[in-house]
Amino acid sequence: MINKQVHDFDSALAGLADGATIMVSGFGAAGAPHDLLEAALDRGIRDLTIISNNAGEGDRGLVRLMTERRIRKVVCSFPNSSNAEIVKELYSAGKLELEIVPQGTLSERIRAAGAGIGGFYTRTSVGTPLAEGKESRILDGEEYVFEKPLRADFAFVKGRLADRWGNLTYNKSARNFGPSMAMAGDITVAQVDEVVEIGDIDPEQVITPGIFVDRVIAVR
Amino acid sequence: MTGLTRPQIAWRIAQDIPDGAYVNLGIGAPELVANFLPEDREIVIHSENGILGMGPTPPEGEEDFDLINAGKKPVTLLPGGAYFHHTDSFAMIRGGHIDFCVLGAFQVAQNGDLANWATLDNSRPPGVGGAMDLAVGADRVLVMTDHCTRDGAPKLLDRCTYPLTGLGVVTRVYTDLAVIDIENDRFVVREVAAGIDRDALQAATGAELHFAEDCRAIETAPAAGT
Repeated sequence: MINKQVHDFDSALAGLADGATIMVSGFGAAGAPHDLLEAALDRGIRDLTIISNNAGEGDRGLVRLMTERRIRKVVCSFPNSSNAEIVKELYSAGKLELEIVPQGTLSERIRAAGAGIGGFYTRTSVGTPLAEGKESRILDGEEYVFEKPLRADFAFVKGRLADRWGNLTYNKSARNFGPSMAMAGDITVAQVDEVVEIGDIDPEQVITPGIFVDRVIAVR
Repeated sequence: MTGLTRPQIAWRIAQDIPDGAYVNLGIGAPELVANFLPEDREIVIHSENGILGMGPTPPEGEEDFDLINAGKKPVTLLPGGAYFHHTDSFAMIRGGHIDFCVLGAFQVAQNGDLANWATLDNSRPPGVGGAMDLAVGADRVLVMTDHCTRDGAPKLLDRCTYPLTGLGVVTRVYTDLAVIDIENDRFVVREVAAGIDRDALQAATGAELHFAEDCRAIETAPAAGT
C-alpha cells in the first residue's frame, strides 16, 4: 500500500538537515508553503540555500527564516518585495548571498533537473551580466547561453488537494512553480488544504502526478 | 515640458494592439494599458505567473490572493481564460507565442538595447523577474516610459550605460513626449505630443532623432488622463 500522507511536521521534514538546499514554490505569497518553512524554522534548521522565485513576502515563511538568519543563500529571479525589507537589509550588510536567475530560466532549470535533462541553451540573458561566465553557442545564426539543471535536497510545494498517492491539484495562479519543483526535489513535500480519498480527484484534474511527490500533509 | 499623462500613454499603446493579440504587460505603468484596450477587439492578456485571459481588478472584498498578476495584485479571470504552471508560461514567452509585451525601461538605446532591471547602485539587491525572457521572446517589445528621468536625464540614448536586459529587442517606444520606432539602429519619431517642438524633443533625448516624413501629433482619447 502506498500512503504518502503524514500527520505531523516531524514526519513531513524527516531527513532535513542544516545546510540543505530547499526549493520553495510560490509567486509572492500565492502558492508559498509557509507552514512547512515555519516548521523547519521551529526545528532549528539553519544554513539553508533556498531556490524560490522571490525571497519572501509579508511576514511569513521565508521572511521569518530570513529574520532568524537561517538562510545563507537565495537563488531567485526577483528578491525585492514592497512589504519585506529584510532581504534588502541582509543583502546590504553582506549577510545574504543572492544568485539572480531570469524567471523563465529558473523555472526551466528546475524542470530540467526533474526531467533528467543535463542543461539547455536559451537566448534569455545573452549579452547581459547574467550570461557572464556561461558557455554560449550560435544555433541557426542566433546566440544562446547554456544553463544547467537546478536540483534540491527538498522541494516544498503548496497544493489545493492531495490523495495518499501524492496526486496534487492547485488553486488558480498559486500553481506557479509547484509542478516543476515537485519534479526536482530529492524529497518533495506537499502542503495541501485537504487530503481526499484515492479516486476522489478527477484524473483529468491531476496537475502533479503522485510519482513526483514523497509526502503530503494537510494544513488548514 | 508637459506631455502625456501615464493613462494617455497607456491609451495610445492600447490602440496599437490588434484584435486577436496575446499580450504581456510588465509590472507598473504598463499594467494601465489593460484599462484602454478597445472593447471591439478580443485581446488575451498573459501574466507570467500562469494566466491567460487575465481580467480586471476584482471589487473590494472579492479578492482571491491565489489569483494575482505579475505585480502580485489581485486580478480576475475572463471567460475562456486558463491557468498553467510557470515552465509552460515561460515556454509561451520564449517560444514566440506572445505577440506583444509592454515593458518599462530605465534606458533604451537607438539600436534597440533595453536596460530595465538593474542600475549601477549595488546597495539594493537586483531583481530581473521575467524581463529578460520577455525581451528575447515576445514578437514585439514595446516600451512605455517617461522620456527623461525625474532628474531630467534622457532615457533614450546612443548606448545604454546600465546593465542590459536584452540586445536589440525594442521595436517601439512610447513616452510622455513622443512615439518613436527603432529602425536600422536609429530612433525614428512617428508622433510628437501636442505642444512639444522638435528641438525640445531632441534636447531631451540622448541620441540623434530622425523625424518621419509623416510625423504627426500623438492622438489622445478625450477621456484619457482625466
